[in-house]
Amino acid sequence: MSKLFALVDCNNFYASCERLFNPQLIGRPVVVLSNNDGCIIARSNEAKALGISMGTPYFKCEERLKAQGVEVFSSNYALYGDISSRVMSLLRRLEPEVEVYSIDEAFLHLSAIAGTTLTDYGRELRQTLRRWTGIPVSIGIGSTKTLAKVAGHLAKKNEALQGVFDITTADVDAILSRVAVAEVWGIGRRLAQRLALCGVTTALDLKNCGDGWLRKNLSITGLRTVMELRGVSCLGLESCPVSRKSIASSKSFGYQVDSLAELNEALATYIEQAAVRLRDQNLLANSLEISLTTNRFSKTAAHYCGRKVITLSEATASTTVLIRHGLPALAGLYKPGLRYQKAGVVLFGLVPESFYQANLFRPRDHKGHALMVAVDSINGKWGRHTIQHAAAGFAKPWKNRQQQKSPAYTTSWQELPVVKASLPVLWP
Amino acid sequence: MTVAFFPLCKRNTHMTAPRLAPSVAGIYRFEKKGQVLRPLFSSGVSAGFPSPADDYVDRELDLNEYLITNPAATFFVRVAGDSMIGAGINHDDILIVDRSIAPVSGKIVIAIVDGELTVKRLVKTGDSCRLVAENPLYPSTDIEKEMELEVWGVVTCAIHRL
Repeated sequence: MSKLFALVDCNNFYASCERLFNPQLIGRPVVVLSNNDGCIIARSNEAKALGISMGTPYFKCEERLKAQGVEVFSSNYALYGDISSRVMSLLRRLEPEVEVYSIDEAFLHLSAIAGTTLTDYGRELRQTLRRWTGIPVSIGIGSTKTLAKVAGHLAKKNEALQGVFDITTADVDAILSRVAVAEVWGIGRRLAQRLALCGVTTALDLKNCGDGWLRKNLSITGLRTVMELRGVSCLGLESCPVSRKSIASSKSFGYQVDSLAELNEALATYIEQAAVRLRDQNLLANSLEISLTTNRFSKTAAHYCGRKVITLSEATASTTVLIRHGLPALAGLYKPGLRYQKAGVVLFGLVPESFYQANLFRPRDHKGHALMVAVDSINGKWGRHTIQHAAAGFAKPWKNRQQQKSPAYTTSWQELPVVKASLPVLWP
Repeated sequence: MTVAFFPLCKRNTHMTAPRLAPSVAGIYRFEKKGQVLRPLFSSGVSAGFPSPADDYVDRELDLNEYLITNPAATFFVRVAGDSMIGAGINHDDILIVDRSIAPVSGKIVIAIVDGELTVKRLVKTGDSCRLVAENPLYPSTDIEKEMELEVWGVVTCAIHRL
C-alpha cells in the first residue's frame, strides 16, 4: 500500500495555549487579539458558538464581549511559539517525515501498520500529543495533501469522529459533494467566485470537470488541486523550510503618533527587528520598503498610506545601513498634521550571505559586519534590546498596547505558572 | 569522510619512479570531500611533556540532560505555599513537571482543583483517590471518583535555592 498523508491541526491553538496554564478558562469562551489588540484572531469553540466572528476589530465588540463574559487575551507569541515547537518536535520524534506547515499545522507521511487501522493510530497520536503537550488536535488522513485537509476539516467539525478521520475508508465522492468549492485547500475566494459562475460549487463538481476545460480555465496550481482531489498526489512534503522572499516588521502604535521624531524611533526599532531576523537566516537584503499609514477606521480624517521603496547599492544585513536609508525615506513620506497609526518596513530582494556581490567602487564593510555579530551575540545572551541603535529610542512611548497579555509561562523564569501548595478557599 | 582517488597523468608517474612502474599500478591524488572536526585540546603543543589530561578530554556536564528526559513534555512551575514541605517542596521552589509520566499512586502531581494548579501527592486506593498534603497543618482531599480528578503532570524534581 502506498503512503498516505496526514494533516495534524491544533484545535483553536492560541486559545488552547492560554488554557493550558489557566485551567479556569476550560469550558469558557476565550478570544485572542492580534498585535496591538487590533482585532480577533483566535476563538475557542465556546466563543465561536456565541457568534463572534474572526477578524472583528476589538474596539467594535469590546462591550459585547464583556457582557457575554468572554475572556480576552492579547497575543502572547512567546508562549504560542514555544508550545508549537513542542508539538512539532514530538511529531518529529514519532514520525520520520514531517512538514511543519504553519504554527499550528503539520503534514506527515503515514504508512500502513500491521494489525491496526490508521484511524486507531491517529487516535493514539492525538492522545499522546494531548497528554504530553496539553494541546488538543484533529487529524485528517488522505491519499493526497488536499484530501487530508478535507478529512481534517471533518475531523474537527464532527465530534463523533473523536478527532480523527481517514477519508480513504469512506465514500470520497459523497463527502466531496458536501464540501463547498471555496473550502478546498488552494482555492481562493476569487477563484471560487469564478467557478461558481460556471456552475462549479462543490468539491465534487470541481473533481469531475473535464480536463480540457480545466486546462483552459485554471492555472497550474488549480490543476494540481483538482488532481489531488482525484487522489493523484501532486504535492509532496516540504521537509526543509522554503527560504523567505521577504521579511516584514510593521506594527500599529499604542496611540496615534504625529511627531516625526517618534516615528523615526518606531521605524528604527522595526528595522532593527527585521534586520535581526535577516541575520538569523544568513541573508542579505537588496531593497527595503518603508510604509506609513493613518487610522483606517477614523471618521474625522481621510486615510493616508505612503510607501517608498529604496534599492541599495549593495546587499546588506547591517541595521546601521538599513536605518541610514530608511529614516530619510520616512521623512519623505511624513506629512505634518496627520496622526499616524502604523509604520513598517519590508526587506526584500533577499539573497544568501554567500551570494554577496561586491561593489566595484567600495570595499566590503567588514567592520560593520563584525559589529552586527557582536550586537547579536550580546542580545542573544542578555536578552533582546540589551544593546541597540540610539535611533530606536529608549522610552518607546509609542509601543503598542498589549493590555491583556498572559505571562510568558514557558520562556521567562519570572513568569512561570504558579502551583498552589496552600489551602484552596473552597475546600471544606 | 569520503576520499576519492584519481589517477594522475602519466608525466607525473613517470617522474616518480619509472623503474618501479610494473609493480605500482598508479599513483593517486587525494581529494578532500568532507571534514571531520576534532576537539580542541586545551594545552598547546610543545616539545616538552604533553599535558597528562589530553587523553581524558571529556564533554561538559549538562544539567538539562540530567534533570529532563522528555523536553517536549517538560514544564517548569513555581510553588506558592508550604503544604508540601514534608516532601522537600518549599514555598517559591521551582518544580520540574513531566506530562508524559503516568500519574500512578504515590507520585507527587500537579492536579487541577477548582480551576487552579495544585501540587499534592496522589494516593489511589481501589476506585477512589486522594490528594495528600505533606504538612500536618493541612488536610487532604478525597476525590470521589477517579474520573473527576484531572492530573496536569507529574513532578520529577524540586529546585530549591539555598
